[in-house]
Amino acid sequence: MADRHPEPDSPELRARWGQFDWTGDNAAKAKEIVARYPAGRQRSAVMPLLDLAQRQVGAEENTQGWLPIPVIEFVARYLDMPVIRVLEVATFYTMYNIAPIGRFHVQVCGTTPCMLRGSDDILAACKAKGLKKGHTTPDGLFSLTEVECMGNCASAPMVQINDDNYEDLTADSITHILDELAAGRQPKTGTQWPGRHTVEPVGAPTSLIAMVSENHDYRGEW
Amino acid sequence: MPKVKVYGIELDVPAGATVLQACELAGKEIPRFCYHERLSIAGNCRMCLVEVKPGPPKPQASCALPAAEGQEIRTDSEMVKKAREGVMEFLLINHPLDCPICDQGGECDLQDQSVAYGRGGSRYHEEKRAVTQKTMGPLIKTVMTRCIHCTRCVRFSEEVAGVDEIGALYRGEGMQIATYLEQAAKHELSANVIDLCPVGALTSRPYAFEARPWELKKTLSIDVSDAVGANIRLDSRGREVLRILPRVNDDVNEEWLADRARFLVDGLTRRRLDKPWLRVDGKLQAATWAQALAGVGKVNPGSSIAVIAGDLVDAETMFAAKALAGALGSSLLEGRQTGLAYDTSNLAAMAFNSTLAGIEDADAILIYGSHVRDEAPLLNPRLRKAVKKGAKVYLIGPWWEPTYAATHLGDDAGAINTLPDDVAAVFANAARPAIVIGGGALAKGGLGAGLAFAERFNLVREGWNGFNVLHFAAARMAGLMLGYAQKGGIADIVAAQPKLVISLGADEVDWSQFAGSLIVHIGHHGDKAAHAADVILPGAAFSEKDGTYVNTEGRVQYAEKAVFAPGEAREDWSILRALADAFGVSVGFDSFDELRAAMIAAVPALGVEGLAHYGALPAAPEGAHAGGVIGYAVKDRYLTNAIGRASPTLQRCSAELIHGEIHAEAAE
Repeated sequence: MADRHPEPDSPELRARWGQFDWTGDNAAKAKEIVARYPAGRQRSAVMPLLDLAQRQVGAEENTQGWLPIPVIEFVARYLDMPVIRVLEVATFYTMYNIAPIGRFHVQVCGTTPCMLRGSDDILAACKAKGLKKGHTTPDGLFSLTEVECMGNCASAPMVQINDDNYEDLTADSITHILDELAAGRQPKTGTQWPGRHTVEPVGAPTSLIAMVSENHDYRGEW
Repeated sequence: MPKVKVYGIELDVPAGATVLQACELAGKEIPRFCYHERLSIAGNCRMCLVEVKPGPPKPQASCALPAAEGQEIRTDSEMVKKAREGVMEFLLINHPLDCPICDQGGECDLQDQSVAYGRGGSRYHEEKRAVTQKTMGPLIKTVMTRCIHCTRCVRFSEEVAGVDEIGALYRGEGMQIATYLEQAAKHELSANVIDLCPVGALTSRPYAFEARPWELKKTLSIDVSDAVGANIRLDSRGREVLRILPRVNDDVNEEWLADRARFLVDGLTRRRLDKPWLRVDGKLQAATWAQALAGVGKVNPGSSIAVIAGDLVDAETMFAAKALAGALGSSLLEGRQTGLAYDTSNLAAMAFNSTLAGIEDADAILIYGSHVRDEAPLLNPRLRKAVKKGAKVYLIGPWWEPTYAATHLGDDAGAINTLPDDVAAVFANAARPAIVIGGGALAKGGLGAGLAFAERFNLVREGWNGFNVLHFAAARMAGLMLGYAQKGGIADIVAAQPKLVISLGADEVDWSQFAGSLIVHIGHHGDKAAHAADVILPGAAFSEKDGTYVNTEGRVQYAEKAVFAPGEAREDWSILRALADAFGVSVGFDSFDELRAAMIAAVPALGVEGLAHYGALPAAPEGAHAGGVIGYAVKDRYLTNAIGRASPTLQRCSAELIHGEIHAEAAE
């Protein structure tokens, strides 16, 4: 696992984020989230609220969003829980960014199925675009992380960029996607394979063929 | 009561017991790291695996598995042996092989259990994980690479201390134990995680590289830093006590110890009075024992002699001084140094009658003028347990941060007479209501008001006594049993203008009141009283003499002598015996045993270990008046007595944790 450390607590960080508070919309959302849990169990809302806070930071900074220490403390105060318990959650899940992040967080899956289907090429293509593992590009656009399985093995290799998945990638298609994002356009999400909609078999089905049109009991044939 | 079979031994176990507890009842040792009797069950070290039938055909973590009817438990089958070896091998993968330079060496659970349950050698050739050093303050030294992630420290600070400050950050192999932003652990029980840590990850910083456990002589003693009377063990080598550890006593301290009691140990060798001093022409000059005793002896006080006992002295010393004063015809004895003058005619109204363990069962508690976390750190977890069971706590006196939900009823001692209706209803409806009266309230006439409260809400009932006084001085209850109390407190002694005042380590007295008296100080530290004294006779600290102590419950406990007093210092009783010779009177004892026998003959309760019985509570006095803003006696949690003030560790705690000074660490 990549070394993760919270951004050090500094006077500048305090000055920038010490006054953090929900925006109007998010205040309502936070209230709604806390209301999902029984009274007195408001601590259960810590994960959605951390996500909400990360998104609000992202919106303010025009990045994917991250969790500065003062914001973590804000969430702890909001939920009336010890801040160390919130920090435990924030450091446990890699989806919470605890250090500053770029506009687009490119998370390349490098687990076995993706690797067999060419994730090394994807990483090389990212590298060619100037992305470096664990770093943000100087223009602040892209941060690159290699992650473990994201559950898209049927359409490997894949990357997740902020909230969207891009699947069935090749070196060319990832380069195209990064270019489009850098240009401010939204590339097609999901599978990049022409003619494929989602994770259905490419071309004709090769297994369970008898199941295509009707239910078929294979058990007798085993 | 489920019936289980542990390796063929059939036994009944209490309902709700775990398989691990069932095995222990059967006399089988189960290795464990994360499991601790006083903490919640985590089940994350996996060392306690056993084979249980019926159940899945795999080893099971016994600490988290409830014992159920008809279980057949095997602790020494081939499966269990293999499982333990496997778990141990995993634990040791990332554990450094630095036992020779580890302070836990010799008393390390991991060492012991790997010898007993591990494989002979390692098969691991890859690189080990290393963890960056963590700061946890002046008391706790961390070597986090050694951490095996049992989370006992996390659970202790959350569950027992009630201060969430230690947490497990990151996850998996990257998991690290740390305080928030690496701030110092600040609460008053923080160093107990040192004892809890099964490996050398959290060790004592002041004790680092001082000694190995097998070099130490272990002496059973009683803590004197507050009136709880925590049971402690003094570990000494040669003439020096090197560390203080808590002993298990479920009735008193469970197995915890306050930081200030644990770390006053280095104060025992500093600022010591190790030879007699005599004031000549206004200046203290070193003297021999003969000169000093002659100096006292030539003053002929007659019956104009008073004794003021300090907070740390044992009952024997106080009795010896009382015998000396009595032989001279005086009964001017006082132990309440700061001027408290509550009525001491009935000792039942002076004691913590619920008992420390019993207060956990209370369901409504009024804390009346006591900063419990400062005055009795070990009582606070008990109150917290009561709150967890559903008790409601109310607090009269300036607000302090309890570690549980509490309602503030005002700063003024008079607030007890004007309870809001809802609070009065809580106490009226409570099955086991209790009051804890501290020194702050006693100073404002709170005793009478407390007794009136006890009568109003019927605090004493069948099987329950909810009337509690929480003292702060370790010597207080023994002093009161021996008659160290004047009606008007220390003011009566001042008014009597004694020719000679004997101070038994009375460092908290305002000695300017005794400008006309010859002050003879029998004490062990060059603290406040030594500055005011005309004659200093060096005595022994609590670690250097046998003694009887009575805690705030009225629990009589005996402490033993661990080391000899330094230099020419002598045990206090022998100094008082020599003074009797100097004055030419007889006190009736020539040895410590004779002294103790005489004391027990005078106060039989001091001869019986355990709770003394003081009888029934007195009726509330007529016209008792409590009023005035309560002030707490303890201004600095760490520097509360002469030994603590001499301790560099506690001085640093005070500077760093209370006054917020920053100590630069030497670059390593």
